[in-house]
Amino acid sequence: MAATRPFAPLRNLNAKIAAVPMIATVLVVFIGCTLWTVVYSFTSSRSLPTLDFVGIDQYRRLFTTSRWIVSLRNLAIFGILALSFSLVLGFILAALMDQKIRFENTFRTVFLYPHALSFIVTGLVWQWILTPAYGVQKVVRDLGFETFNFPILTDGRFTIYAIVIASLWQGTGLVMALMLAGLRNIDDEIWKAARVDGIPTWRTYLFIIIPMMRPVFATTLVIIAATIVKVYDLVVAMTNGGPGIASEVPAKYVYDFMFSRGNLGQGLAASTIMLTTVLIILVPWALYEYRPRNRTLGVGK
Amino acid sequence: MSLVNPAGPRGRRPRRIGSPTSIMIYGILIVAAVYYLIPLYVMVMTSLKGMPEIRLGNIFSPPVEVTFQPWATAWNSACTGLYCEGIKVGFFNSMKILVPSVIFSIIIASVNGYALSNWRFKGSELFFTALIFGAFIPYQVMLYPLVIITRELGIFGTLTGVIVIHTIFGMPILTLLFRNYFVSLPPELFKAARVDGAGFWRIFLQIMLPMSLPIFVVAVILQVTGIWNDFLFGVIFAGTKNFPMTVQLNNIVNSTQGVKEYNVNMAATILTGAVPLLVYFFSGKYFVRGIAAGAVKG
Repeated sequence: MAATRPFAPLRNLNAKIAAVPMIATVLVVFIGCTLWTVVYSFTSSRSLPTLDFVGIDQYRRLFTTSRWIVSLRNLAIFGILALSFSLVLGFILAALMDQKIRFENTFRTVFLYPHALSFIVTGLVWQWILTPAYGVQKVVRDLGFETFNFPILTDGRFTIYAIVIASLWQGTGLVMALMLAGLRNIDDEIWKAARVDGIPTWRTYLFIIIPMMRPVFATTLVIIAATIVKVYDLVVAMTNGGPGIASEVPAKYVYDFMFSRGNLGQGLAASTIMLTTVLIILVPWALYEYRPRNRTLGVGK
Repeated sequence: MSLVNPAGPRGRRPRRIGSPTSIMIYGILIVAAVYYLIPLYVMVMTSLKGMPEIRLGNIFSPPVEVTFQPWATAWNSACTGLYCEGIKVGFFNSMKILVPSVIFSIIIASVNGYALSNWRFKGSELFFTALIFGAFIPYQVMLYPLVIITRELGIFGTLTGVIVIHTIFGMPILTLLFRNYFVSLPPELFKAARVDGAGFWRIFLQIMLPMSLPIFVVAVILQVTGIWNDFLFGVIFAGTKNFPMTVQLNNIVNSTQGVKEYNVNMAATILTGAVPLLVYFFSGKYFVRGIAAGAVKG
């Protein structure tokens, strides 16, 4: 309910004062800092920012650096796998949870608790479980499969998949919770009608319920994708980018070049690419969500 | 959409336990639950074993001889590479960061959300939309300019610095949370108070606040888990001597010198995860509401 009367500049002054932190955050941090980064990514800044513009040199160097290419490739593998598995598994879990089961709260608690843990804790636990000398590999060998190899953390070709496993453990519960909420919002009449028509449950899900839940899927996808682009702590805790540079990711490239290597230009260019990636995900979704009808933002309705 | 449906599951007909379909449903759910519980189990088991037993046994076997020594070591004397005072240093640092960050961010966001719901002004919706979209910008994009700003303000590498950063980045989600809550309250309340001559702050303090306890609980849970689990802001803005628990934990476990004490590492890991886990187990539906708001921010 908006107060729709016209305002003199000083009317409603308290509300404007209350909004000062928000306005400052938007103008200084979200807009100001972002523009600063984009502008300085075109300079030759090393350990200190300078306004010596060098065009797209930083980007050219970025895309000829093997560590960056590996980072991007890892992000793509991680992103595609984490996104598709968490959506599919999260939806399946939610659909199972929606079958009037007993102990629903217990299952929900179990599926969601990893989401309360930090990426650091998640990464360290999975690092321990997957350590070849003590973890899964040793356990299977002890069972009698002497030649069993599971060098997922030590063989660079597979390390990124280990990070996918850990992130699915941490994040699928969230997808489940969102999907379950979406399922509970589906009108009962739909189910009744489908049953009257004799449509099997799985077909109802596939051809009626899932298409109806498109907004839920779209929103979940954007949320998950935005977190995937930022993945940092998990990698630091689990592999620290190793072995070698095998599990490097863009966010870590940014941090290392900005804060450890004193190569600001590279860090800023890399973070600008991250921003671009997020925009590529975000803009189509925003256009879809804010089609002319312009509904109110968010939850709680 | 609301994640917690008081009506519970609806839809399909109730199933009888024992039918093939229900056996399959429970079977899959139980297998999934076991997968989710294994890491917690492994953490606890490892933390209760001595090192010799870890070297000989496997990570899934329960300890033959239960020892709490690793817990004591983790808390009191584990080494981070800088010093050997245990994870407790990080625990207290995290507390020092957490309490003011939670308080400030919630005060600012609740007042802001209230202004945006009942006292809209020209441009307020525009800034709100910008705020929500800002939440999607990767932090990495804004990090370095923020380092410069906090350094100019003299708060870089201090508790104040990291608290300010948490307050800034908590704003989008918290404002969204409060705004949506206040919008959902009956407008008559607000109108009646206006007619009686109450102003901005009086309506907030005397009418809105007493009605919004649940949403404050959700906000506190959201912020406590979020800030406790933060790593990036802590490592950059807090300064070495204020490193939060997550940073200390990572330094302890991934430090390269010395013999790796896996039992101590796992005890330290559990200790670090304990705060958000306790919050989670005791808050139940409020936690779910919080992550729902956090997730469905579009």
